[in-house]
Amino acid sequence: MRIELVKRAEHSQTMTVVSPLIAIALTLVCGSILFAAMGYNPVEALYAYFIEPLTTSWSIEELLVKAGPLILIAVGLSVCFLSNSWNIGAEGQFTMGAVAGSVIPVLFYDYTGVMALPLMIVMGVLGGMAWASIPAFLKVRFGTNEILTSLMLVYIAQYILDFLVRGPWRDPDGFNFPESRLFDAAHVLPKIGEGRLHIGMIFAVIAVLAVWWMLSRTLKGFEIKVMGETPRAGRFAGFSSKGVIWFGFLVSGGLAGLAGMAEVSGSIEQLTPVISPGYGFTAIIVAFLGRLNPVGILFAGLLLGLSYIGGEAAQVSLGLTDKITRVFQGMLLFFVLACDTLILYKFKVVSNAKRIKEAANV
Amino acid sequence: MENTQRSAHSAGVEDLIEARGITKKFGDILANDNVDLVIKQGEIHALLGENGAGKSTLVKILYGALEPGAGEILWKGKPVSISNPAAARKLGVGMVFQHFSLFEALSVVENIALALPKGEKIEALSRRITEVSQKYGLPLDPAALVADLPVGIRQRIEIVRCLLQNPSLIIMDEPTSVLTPQEADQLFITLQRLASEGCAILYISHRLEEVKRICHNATIMRHGQVVGSCDPTEETPASLARMMVGGEVHEICASEHKGSPGDVMLKLRNLSIPSDGAFGIELKNVNLNLRGGEIVAVAGVAGNGQSELFDAVSGETLIKDGYGVEICGVPVGKRKINDRRLLGSAFVPEERLGHGAVPGFVLSDNILLTRYKSDPDLIRRGMLNQSLAAEMEKRITVSYDVRMSHDNPEARSLSGGNLQKFVVGRELDRVPKLLVINQPTWGVDAGAAALIRQAIIDLARNGSAVLVISQDLDEIYELADRIAVISRGELSEAEPAAAMTPEKIGLLMAGMGETRSKVTASNAGDVHAH
Repeated sequence: MRIELVKRAEHSQTMTVVSPLIAIALTLVCGSILFAAMGYNPVEALYAYFIEPLTTSWSIEELLVKAGPLILIAVGLSVCFLSNSWNIGAEGQFTMGAVAGSVIPVLFYDYTGVMALPLMIVMGVLGGMAWASIPAFLKVRFGTNEILTSLMLVYIAQYILDFLVRGPWRDPDGFNFPESRLFDAAHVLPKIGEGRLHIGMIFAVIAVLAVWWMLSRTLKGFEIKVMGETPRAGRFAGFSSKGVIWFGFLVSGGLAGLAGMAEVSGSIEQLTPVISPGYGFTAIIVAFLGRLNPVGILFAGLLLGLSYIGGEAAQVSLGLTDKITRVFQGMLLFFVLACDTLILYKFKVVSNAKRIKEAANV
Repeated sequence: MENTQRSAHSAGVEDLIEARGITKKFGDILANDNVDLVIKQGEIHALLGENGAGKSTLVKILYGALEPGAGEILWKGKPVSISNPAAARKLGVGMVFQHFSLFEALSVVENIALALPKGEKIEALSRRITEVSQKYGLPLDPAALVADLPVGIRQRIEIVRCLLQNPSLIIMDEPTSVLTPQEADQLFITLQRLASEGCAILYISHRLEEVKRICHNATIMRHGQVVGSCDPTEETPASLARMMVGGEVHEICASEHKGSPGDVMLKLRNLSIPSDGAFGIELKNVNLNLRGGEIVAVAGVAGNGQSELFDAVSGETLIKDGYGVEICGVPVGKRKINDRRLLGSAFVPEERLGHGAVPGFVLSDNILLTRYKSDPDLIRRGMLNQSLAAEMEKRITVSYDVRMSHDNPEARSLSGGNLQKFVVGRELDRVPKLLVINQPTWGVDAGAAALIRQAIIDLARNGSAVLVISQDLDEIYELADRIAVISRGELSEAEPAAAMTPEKIGLLMAGMGETRSKVTASNAGDVHAH
């Protein structure tokens, strides 16, 4: 018996939707095996990980807090990935957005006017864009590999943040802890409801709608998709490859920067050496799990947000290591990429017996 | 000599290879349906069929590159299983591919050594190459770098590589599609010599004249089945074509070119572009005037600057001298492709999928690809007008007979001929004043080719100018009012088609028209042999 991969004539519409679901199912199966191997009852562990967090309103709210930045970053990345630019450095752009967005609350903390928050938002976006423009420039001008440059810039951004909170931006009244001063109330994003949820989630929803509209309805979106799939045909259509690279990096950098600013201003309310549990990297998984479609990304963001909350919950209730979150995210990415094959290919099982029979009949 | 050979084939010669009931499915498509084929020792056997008839599938099965779904192969009367190309070579089956499998950065002898069993010293192999290549009139310099060699010589490398393995059967897939007429004549002499020595040749071709000229037997395939076999010497090209297509091939009616030519629509003036990269071709001082109402064809062997010329005219390559290219009287050398489209020109590139169309996009999106600028209604304030694109898709697929499994499919799901009809129809639908088309019917079935050629002629007869770049001489003679030949980046003067005999075109293809090379007609046949 043999299994063949047969190319389909066209993309399968069904598989576009079903393939991420198969990937999720495979992740759960492998996760169960993993739990069993570690000596836990897989059903209990999966319940603690994925279901229990959804039973309390507190943790649902926390889920949205985590999903917000993931969705915001992933929507930007989808534009970049669709245009065939591989910005792996959203974590760095997130960090620099947070730093730039904190200039007013840390250095000009006396300014508490109505324009403070809008200015912080603009600066956060610009900070992320500025950081993303470095790999974009290097790629356009020198043809460097943007995967490497954008990834390396993540670590530089994190050291810049570390340097600032331990040095010039350290809170003078903070007992030498490596933290900036707490943000003034005028520099904190408005909350939704009673808990920690802030309007960053609304930014995410707006970004989803805006990018969906751009990709599906406008010439710019058409250009991005053409250049991503076949640059040669794109040149024939009169599109500029350099323009598309810049556009992809600026959009993804800007949205990552906005997410970073919203995280420090909405959730942490000060700068600390570590401001992200790897949102910029997890967002890559979100983008692919959502099939680079903004609406899909909305759901994928919620699921990956759940993997963070579930990881914390399982740590508390079962004593599992928090590394398990990373393992789950990694498995999910592998399966998503593997299942993508099914969109353009299908399996065909050819049995030996059948082949021999066919041969004999003729 | 030919006659004695032929009589030898008619009776009493042993069957070399026989395929019985070969069946192969790809998905739902039956590429080979119960195919039988017998090749005798020492015969040149033609395998004829339109694109997609299943020729390549059958050949790949014989060469061990594909496994048959059902059926058996007999070699000299005994059943054999050819599970991979190495097994085929061991039996004595050699293949010369249409697209060469050579490393450009290696020398001739190194390329050949790679395909042979290990252990032979390079010097010894070089001597053998020289020996064999001389014997069959295919002179080769074993030390030459492949990258420096013209296509005709590269094909010789493939043939010699095959011969060194002492094959009993050589399979040749469209061997003359890349050759000048003179190079093809040379090849035919070699093939006849091989056949007279008892080697069988399976010869796959579209070119019916050739088949009639050199083949002893022909098997004709259509839609995956064998539909007939014949002695091609007793058929006419028209009767062979009828068998291939399964009906009368639509006659092209080239109504006489009437009236005086119109204004100059395309003017190339001293167009020179340095080559990009090691294997690119430099365009040298290209001049051309193309007037409304006429079709000028650029003939030439592949890789002599055709795509560079196309890119320069279309604006995918911009040039420093704005006056190097003029479209409808406007110097456009520095203007981008959409500016040129707005002046009334349209372009159809050689590669349909990946250049002329995006494979994963539906047809209506592929209409947007080239027409979003020239049809202002397609874009309203930066937004796509998808319903208009869908209307245009219906109109074009109907008027150019694009056959699809369902409405508005992805471009990649169309067959070559149907996609080409779509890509050509998309541009002709605009009624351009200037059409530049590279390889209009390359790899397209006869029915689609006839439709496309007729559409090109009709466009020109209604006053537009057409520049056709093609490697197919039959097509060029069918279409062109004037013919120019491109060779190593230089374009010969465009002369009336009637004055351009195939011999003259062949000489120009071989470099006779190049200003810098000092070759005389007497050694024309050896031009590529140095």
